[in-house]
Amino acid sequence: MTRPTPAPQHTGDMKPPVSEVGVLGWMRKNLFNTWYNSLLTVLILFGLWQVVPPLVRWAFIDSLWNSSSEACRDIDGACWSIIPANIKFILFGFFPEGQDWRPITAIILLLALVYYSKDRRHWTRTLAVLWPIGLAVMATLMYGGVFGMPIVETAQWSGLPLTLMLALFGMVAAYPLGVILALGRRSRMPAIKALCVVYIELIRGVPLISVLFMSSVMFPLFLPEGVTIDKILRAQVAIILFTAAYIAEVVRGGLQAMARGQYEAADSLGLKYGQAMRLIILPQALKIVIPPSMGILISAFKDTSLVVIIALYDILKTTQVSLSNPKWMGYSTEAYIFLAVFYFLCCFAMSSFSRKLERDLHTGR
Amino acid sequence: MNETPMDASRNTPRPVGPIIEIADMHKWYGDFHVLQEINLQVQAGERIVICGPSGSGKSTLIRCINRLEEHQRGRILVDGIELTNDIKNIEKIRMEVGMVFQHFNLFPHLTILENLTLGPIWVRKTPKKEAEETAMMFLEKVHIAEQAKKFPGQLSGGQQQRVAIARSLCMKPKVMLFDEPTSALDPEMVKEVLDVMINLAEEGMTMLVVTHEMGFAKSVAHRVMFMDFGQIVEENNPHDFFENPSHERTRLFLSQILN
Repeated sequence: MTRPTPAPQHTGDMKPPVSEVGVLGWMRKNLFNTWYNSLLTVLILFGLWQVVPPLVRWAFIDSLWNSSSEACRDIDGACWSIIPANIKFILFGFFPEGQDWRPITAIILLLALVYYSKDRRHWTRTLAVLWPIGLAVMATLMYGGVFGMPIVETAQWSGLPLTLMLALFGMVAAYPLGVILALGRRSRMPAIKALCVVYIELIRGVPLISVLFMSSVMFPLFLPEGVTIDKILRAQVAIILFTAAYIAEVVRGGLQAMARGQYEAADSLGLKYGQAMRLIILPQALKIVIPPSMGILISAFKDTSLVVIIALYDILKTTQVSLSNPKWMGYSTEAYIFLAVFYFLCCFAMSSFSRKLERDLHTGR
Repeated sequence: MNETPMDASRNTPRPVGPIIEIADMHKWYGDFHVLQEINLQVQAGERIVICGPSGSGKSTLIRCINRLEEHQRGRILVDGIELTNDIKNIEKIRMEVGMVFQHFNLFPHLTILENLTLGPIWVRKTPKKEAEETAMMFLEKVHIAEQAKKFPGQLSGGQQQRVAIARSLCMKPKVMLFDEPTSALDPEMVKEVLDVMINLAEEGMTMLVVTHEMGFAKSVAHRVMFMDFGQIVEENNPHDFFENPSHERTRLFLSQILN
């Protein structure tokens, strides 16, 4: 690495002092630059030393991954065996024995649909058709009654397919509904505006739990004799209505953040209201609110676990039920860590998707 | 019967009479009487420069012509169509009236080419290919064709404003409104935009220009108007307007702006 030309005479070519570069320099600058920072560094290192090695030992070294429950009694480490031993019930709950292929296919279909929708080039009208079709196919797979598949009542739908369906269809339906509500709230027509304001404020004024209760307990009381609406469907609608109200307010923020000039430029070209919104305003406004919208969708995903209180067995509940089996009692830490990892992976996928989307949609400035 | 189909009215010779006719027009913002008794007739092919101190209502006046602002009294007719609350008429007029804004107002999420073809495709229902050809033609004309695939955020202010002019021209308007088109530009970019506007004038475009570029007014305008406190104070051909203003307020304004 020799330079062909002689070094210039000015000081620009001088190297910084050794103490400023490399690992040592970095540590000196960031960890030990004052006596109290040095003290903090030492304390934190001591704390980590106390916590991390035992944790690693518990989780990985002394642990059992695929054993009987009896074997677990004799070890100090984690008993991860609770997950594989109960995996069928955790994932599929009360779905009848021997019919597992149906929820598995449904989940694969759903994930395929999500994967297809991830690509921005696929965001066309087909998508608006594909999702309802996907929903219908999945419902048929789960419910059966055709092609020789025995009927499985929705009361037996549980575990992972229930969580994923409630969450994904909840989000997919709530988002456009929220956008419509946001536009309605900014409408110049007083009736539409009032309707949207009342809706949004009412829904935001109550907790999701009470909306779910209403949908499962109170709503059926108002239905005429003999008419019943499926419980899962009611929960799904409750989640959609609830999430949409929050999306609406976030989107309204995005609409307000738009410069007035954009509306005027669209108007002065002679675009109609619908065209201006669809082509000019919403693409920009929705882009602005990607981070908070994703925040709402992520919390909606996690909130699906609240359906427990109306006796639906989502993946959280099926895991809890597995814990009540006397054979596996006492391993709740392991089970909940498993759940935490599952929820984390889903949410992390969502948030990295939103960051990617932001990057892709960046057009300079 | 003002209801002649668009295309027929474009091909037949223009009916005699002004293309813009404003009669006894008033506008209020709340209690503030921002435009008072405006009477203005613009003939096809005429170029009018409107100047005046800030807050004098000059921008509001031209924004009334394509209904970005609503007037409360009097009549505005554009191309024989009266501006009322009828959204159909408003859309018809906006098709024929192009507007260039102080802050360009390009659509930042669309490429330059998409900015230009959006109006023709969605409003005039031009086939995409044809719209793109027209767009490229106008981009050549404002000397910016090589930037067609870029986004507005990647262009300089002067380039953006030229794109904005081209965007309006793609709609093949009969009238062009310019709302202080060079005020937001760095000084070295003013000329490139003015050159485009001068070219446009030479082609016979009907133009209403709100600007403080008095050089442009002198060389291009048929008429120069001075507005103050919401009124048209003085209106004359450029020579007499600059050499021999008849109102004290005009004289004061000109002395301030021309140093």
